[in-house]
Amino acid sequence: MNTNIILSGVGGQGILTIAAVLDTAALNQDLFIKQSEVHGMSQRGGAVQSHVRISDKEIFSDLIPEGKADLILSVEPMELLRYIPFLKKDGWLVTDSEPFINTSNYPEKDDLFEEIKKHPNHVIVDATQIAKSIGNSKVANMVLLGTASAIIPLSEDSLLEAIKTLFQHKSEKIIKLNLEAFAEGKKVAEGITNLAANQ
Amino acid sequence: MKSLLLGNEALAQGSIDAGLSGVYAYPGTPSTEITEYIQKSKLAKELNIHTTWSVNEKTAMEAALGMSYVGKRSMVVMKHVGLNVASDVFMNMAVSGVNGGLVVVVADDPSMHSSQNEQDSRFYGKFAMIPILEPSNQQEAYDSMLYAFDLSEEVKLPVLLRMVTRLSHSRAGIVLRKRRGPNDINLPTDTSRFALLPMNARKQFDLLVNKQDALIEYSEKSNLNSLKKGKNRGVGILACGIAHNYVMENIGDEETDYSILKISQYPLPKEKVKALYDHCDEILVVEDGYPIVEELLHNYFDEDDKIKGKLSGDLPRTGELNPNIVGRSLGLFQNKMAPIPSVVTPRPPQLCEGCGHTDLFNAINELIPVIGDKNVFGDIGCYALGALPPLGTINTLIDMGASITMAKGAADAGLENAIAVIGDSTFTHSGMTGLLDAVYENTPITVIISDNSAVAMTGAQESTAVGRLHKICLGIGVHPDHLKTIVPLKKNHEENVEILRNELKYKGVSVIISERPCVRLSRDQKEQIKARIAALN
Ligand SMILES: Cc1ncc(C[n+]2csc(CCOP(=O)(O)OP(=O)(O)O)c2C)c(N)n1
Ligand code: SF4
Repeated sequence: MNTNIILSGVGGQGILTIAAVLDTAALNQDLFIKQSEVHGMSQRGGAVQSHVRISDKEIFSDLIPEGKADLILSVEPMELLRYIPFLKKDGWLVTDSEPFINTSNYPEKDDLFEEIKKHPNHVIVDATQIAKSIGNSKVANMVLLGTASAIIPLSEDSLLEAIKTLFQHKSEKIIKLNLEAFAEGKKVAEGITNLAANQ
Repeated sequence: MKSLLLGNEALAQGSIDAGLSGVYAYPGTPSTEITEYIQKSKLAKELNIHTTWSVNEKTAMEAALGMSYVGKRSMVVMKHVGLNVASDVFMNMAVSGVNGGLVVVVADDPSMHSSQNEQDSRFYGKFAMIPILEPSNQQEAYDSMLYAFDLSEEVKLPVLLRMVTRLSHSRAGIVLRKRRGPNDINLPTDTSRFALLPMNARKQFDLLVNKQDALIEYSEKSNLNSLKKGKNRGVGILACGIAHNYVMENIGDEETDYSILKISQYPLPKEKVKALYDHCDEILVVEDGYPIVEELLHNYFDEDDKIKGKLSGDLPRTGELNPNIVGRSLGLFQNKMAPIPSVVTPRPPQLCEGCGHTDLFNAINELIPVIGDKNVFGDIGCYALGALPPLGTINTLIDMGASITMAKGAADAGLENAIAVIGDSTFTHSGMTGLLDAVYENTPITVIISDNSAVAMTGAQESTAVGRLHKICLGIGVHPDHLKTIVPLKKNHEENVEILRNELKYKGVSVIISERPCVRLSRDQKEQIKARIAALN
């Protein structure tokens, strides 16, 4: 087993929480993990990404080679496309539909969606909307993780456990909200047949 | 179970477990998390390990040397350009040698993710003639710390440990070992080696030169350097530090035919290098940073065609390595990948919404039509983003503190209305001495200290400047009539522009302190700052 995931977004959007859940779950399952992240200047509203590699064998490079990502999971649609060179031929794209606009030349939303839809394996999730509807837009990242969990070879149990571990110092309410967000995201995946078939 | 740690955190935990008594550091990406990890560690607190930030890298390294002098183990941590600031003590403590183990951890930033240059700290290690360790992965970073302290105490020299961004900021599961306790106080038997008067220094320098063969011997025997001879006598690979991972990513771990020499300790183990050289027709040197090993190999063997790397053009001369670049140099990776779709636009970093620096720049920009658009000298920190559109206020950013001194030089040359913009932490790091130069000659410059009560760029660490800027400026000799304070808020805009305009008219040194806390500070941090200021008064 060998899985390469690129997480992408804008500095401050919280992709590292997703990474932390994946890392913790993988370690719980006794797998090898390498996860690189961006600290420093780009965290001030710039483009950021994290490379997550999970394997049952030793992992060498901290960076995923181009053309080797099984999944790009993005909390923002333009940031999803920035990492297309890393995508495997039959790899998956999962993204929030909500743009984060902090530049004057941000493209048209529809142009972004059109580009994403050129790839056969894509899921555009209204994660921010779903998160708002259950109480807090901040858990959009867990909605997305829930959707993507269908294509991530980690057990649902260990992902849920990891969420609990990560938020253990927070209130019961926050833990529940994150678990609910994950479950809502997972429901989105169930509607997509080829995604479910991947499980 | 394994502990999930960043390369930086693994190294930090490794230092605690190796019997550290104190870490001295100034923040700087990609090195910051090393010190922060020890600051947050409960164990470190129980062990009473010193962790408070220093004013700059030079003061940090000198304090670490002081701790080593009394026999305890100390570590000093910085980003690569920090070593320029500390290079005076760095070069000289190689001559004096150390007493308790002293490890200098420097994190390089190939590709300049958050830096002004991509200088390679291994050059400094070689220059100072001390051992260098260059871990290739997180576990090795952890394990290297114990070895580094032991080596330092055995050879009585500081050891340089080089990290790179990708290792510093990547996590993996780490196996921890048993912790050992710190050293007791044990003063040096003979202190003359620390008194580098010429007669002592000459002796010490001879000693340092004479240690070099022993250092090579350590490298020959080190577990960190391993030679694997394969059947393939074509290309032999010499891979340094993290570059070894990129090589292995391409050729796989299973019985490979390639001959590989992995290097994670310097000076180079000459015999191992010679063995690889004799075994293969060609040597590909894969190293992140400058072609320092490649150059050395040319020196050793003088057979130009046989040695490939960055100088020969087989690997790119600038930017960091990655698995694709290394794969291409081995002829194992030819695929052309899909390009980034053209609809994607760049997203550069920018000042946060509501940042006080922005209001300050808006005030300065009002005066640009009068004073000209090339008069503002900048410095390093969040406010450096004021060099980018739409603000475009700042023209220069060279090294910490250079805003004041460059403005001074420009004013000396006849430039009128020279302005320096410098952050509070950068001012205490390296601005104060330059201000004294300007005060000494009463040079006509206007210095604006943009004081946000934090070292914001690197993650809002405490700033040693908090609550002290007024007194520092007065103490340096700034005239009280030309030491002003403004609060950069929209509602104060007109007033702030007027104060600026007036101070620009003054033909001497003016300092304007522009005071507003960084909006990213947490409530707790703001409370702590208040308490620190209250304690000062
Ligand atoms: C010699 C050196 N050490 C450290 C750094 C890393 N560094 C860049 S900016 C900065 C903080 C500056 O803080 P401050 O001047 O208060 O400005 P702020 O970011 O808070 O606006 C640091 C530590 C560097 N570039 N050079
Ligand atoms: S972190 Fe603070 S100083 Fe830096 S841009 Fe944001 S608000 Fe401004």
